[in-house]
Amino acid sequence: MEQFLQQLLNGIAWGGIYALIALGYTMVYGVLRLINFAHGEIYMVGAMSGYYVAHALSLGSRPSLGGLLVVLLAAMALCAALGATIERVAYRPLRQAPRLAALITAIGVSLLLQNVGQLVFGADPKFFPALLSSREAFRVGALAVSNIQLMVVVTALVLMAALEFVVMRTRFGRAMRAVSADAPAAALMGVNVDRVISGTFMLGSALAAAAGILVGLSNPKIDPLMGLLPGLKAFVAAVLGGIGNIPGAMAGGLLLGIVETLVSGYLSSTYRDAIAFVILIAILLYRPTGLFGSGQVEKV
Amino acid sequence: MTAPATARGRGWRAPLALGRALALAAALGAALACGQEGGGGSASGAEPIRIGHFASLTGDTATFGQSADAGIRLAIEEINAAGGVLGRPLLLISEDDRSITEEARTAAQKLIQRDGVVALLGEVASSRSLAAAPEAQRAGIPMITPASTNPKVTEVGDYVFRTCFIDPFQGAVMARFAFEDLGARRVAILSDFKQDYSVGLAEFFRKTFRELGGEIVADERYTSGDIEFRAQLTTIRGAKPDAVFVPGYYTEVGLIAKQARELGIDVPLLGGDGWDSAKTLEIGGDAVEGYYFSNHYAADSDNPRVQAFVRRFEERHGSRPDAMAALGYDAAGILADAIRRAGTTDGPALRDAIAATRDYEGVTGRITIDADRNARKDAVVLKIEGGRFRFFRTVPAS
Repeated sequence: MEQFLQQLLNGIAWGGIYALIALGYTMVYGVLRLINFAHGEIYMVGAMSGYYVAHALSLGSRPSLGGLLVVLLAAMALCAALGATIERVAYRPLRQAPRLAALITAIGVSLLLQNVGQLVFGADPKFFPALLSSREAFRVGALAVSNIQLMVVVTALVLMAALEFVVMRTRFGRAMRAVSADAPAAALMGVNVDRVISGTFMLGSALAAAAGILVGLSNPKIDPLMGLLPGLKAFVAAVLGGIGNIPGAMAGGLLLGIVETLVSGYLSSTYRDAIAFVILIAILLYRPTGLFGSGQVEKV
Repeated sequence: MTAPATARGRGWRAPLALGRALALAAALGAALACGQEGGGGSASGAEPIRIGHFASLTGDTATFGQSADAGIRLAIEEINAAGGVLGRPLLLISEDDRSITEEARTAAQKLIQRDGVVALLGEVASSRSLAAAPEAQRAGIPMITPASTNPKVTEVGDYVFRTCFIDPFQGAVMARFAFEDLGARRVAILSDFKQDYSVGLAEFFRKTFRELGGEIVADERYTSGDIEFRAQLTTIRGAKPDAVFVPGYYTEVGLIAKQARELGIDVPLLGGDGWDSAKTLEIGGDAVEGYYFSNHYAADSDNPRVQAFVRRFEERHGSRPDAMAALGYDAAGILADAIRRAGTTDGPALRDAIAATRDYEGVTGRITIDADRNARKDAVVLKIEGGRFRFFRTVPAS
């Protein structure tokens, strides 16, 4: 039982990372109907920029909560700018083009970032500085939770709550939802669609950057291809929750993290990466709208 | 890891923007893959003897390739300074495989076909040596891997040699060490199922440990590149082992050690020569203290030959040589010795000369190449103490 609870905790901490990345996928899809395959690479850039900021300010030698906050905010700001730039340069010119063109462009941006990443950062893995010294936060019997795991879960929950607030309670959030429901009508009502889309990319990218920093804290090995698999998995998480649906992305991410952990804990980790894609196929076959998504009739 | 990316890009009719992006990406890739030349020496103007080294100069196990390359380079510089071999200098041509298995084969092909090398040195990782070895065998060019310990590597053919011991020996060394020195009776294994090296080492450890009367209480796996091991470690913790055998590469070992400590696993972790990198200490920090691993040599050994090598290496490269550097140094030395004895660089004659190597005094011990083209030599067990690898004991070749 203790072991099961520990696995559950491991799964939640791991799923929190997927959830943060999945949120970006789902927000962009909700607003643009575009699957932004470059999103995993933004997560990578987030982790990398955190690494460089921490080293530039030599924060690695003196672990502190303030230092972590500085790195987190800097990486989020950088990635927000990167997300907006990618949208402006790569996706906006194609907004009226067939959806497939935008999708393929997204794959191109993803490849571009991976390869430029290898050129700029080098292909060697880097070890993320310990911005927090790891210690036990609490222990119940053999159930051990480290302060970093706790930090990951808390930061993920805070950011998700903040996002929920932005989307449901602010003017910008209302504009976002309006664009998502019907972009031309929203434009006619005076909503600046370009700005909303730009803002959506910035929000999603900032969350991906936060995920990158959290991974750097809990699993401190980062490299330019680190975004590939988590990017795909987070996409599965977004589909699992119902793509375009924000609470769905959170639930999907957490669920995927838990399932993967239980599979590696009780079956074999050889199946862990496969399970995400088995879930994807099963969802697409039996419940294409995901767990939380509402059915939509598409006019052909 | 890159396979899905290329698969995604291939076969789509790309719009112009994507085409440009891909072309740029391809150009970047080509720039990264460019070979490096060097190590030419002071020997006379005679036509140099070209020796190829394919190695993981970048990527996941970059320190292995860089160390081996530094060791080989030092050996070749010394040989050239002493007048070269057969009156000709040696020229080292190094090719990066970016720690990717398929790239190792391409790198070996390039060295053989484009650069016309007379012999190949490389790789450290067994999977990559296995990928490249058939190329050397087909071309009839001897290949010496400095540090691939999986038995299958030299089984590829009679042109493939190694200067290190093999995993059945290394696995048995650690199994016996766990049973006899640590008094462990219940051991858990956490191995990398994507690496032939790790799978092989786990297999031989398991076999010997059971023969001794011990029990394997958990047998968990991960994949190279993984960063999350808490699920497997939680299962291992539940099995209450006396020690955990982690025959992985340094990239993952540091993370595994950290997560193991966080979960409250306080029994020692044991490993193989894949741990031998300064990165294990950098990433693992306090978490790897008190752990043991088997290795090819100890830099703090009091053997004068080792001490002289360590001093020259530090002068030349500014860092302490790890086992991969020492093995690279010995591999290049054995190759030069064989060329000298063969009196020619012809493939078959050179192969016979390497196969006839007996009691070569290397920095990693006295090396004899046996009938299976493996090196027979001693192993050492190192302990991580005070942020350093310290010599613990020698285990003689049986």
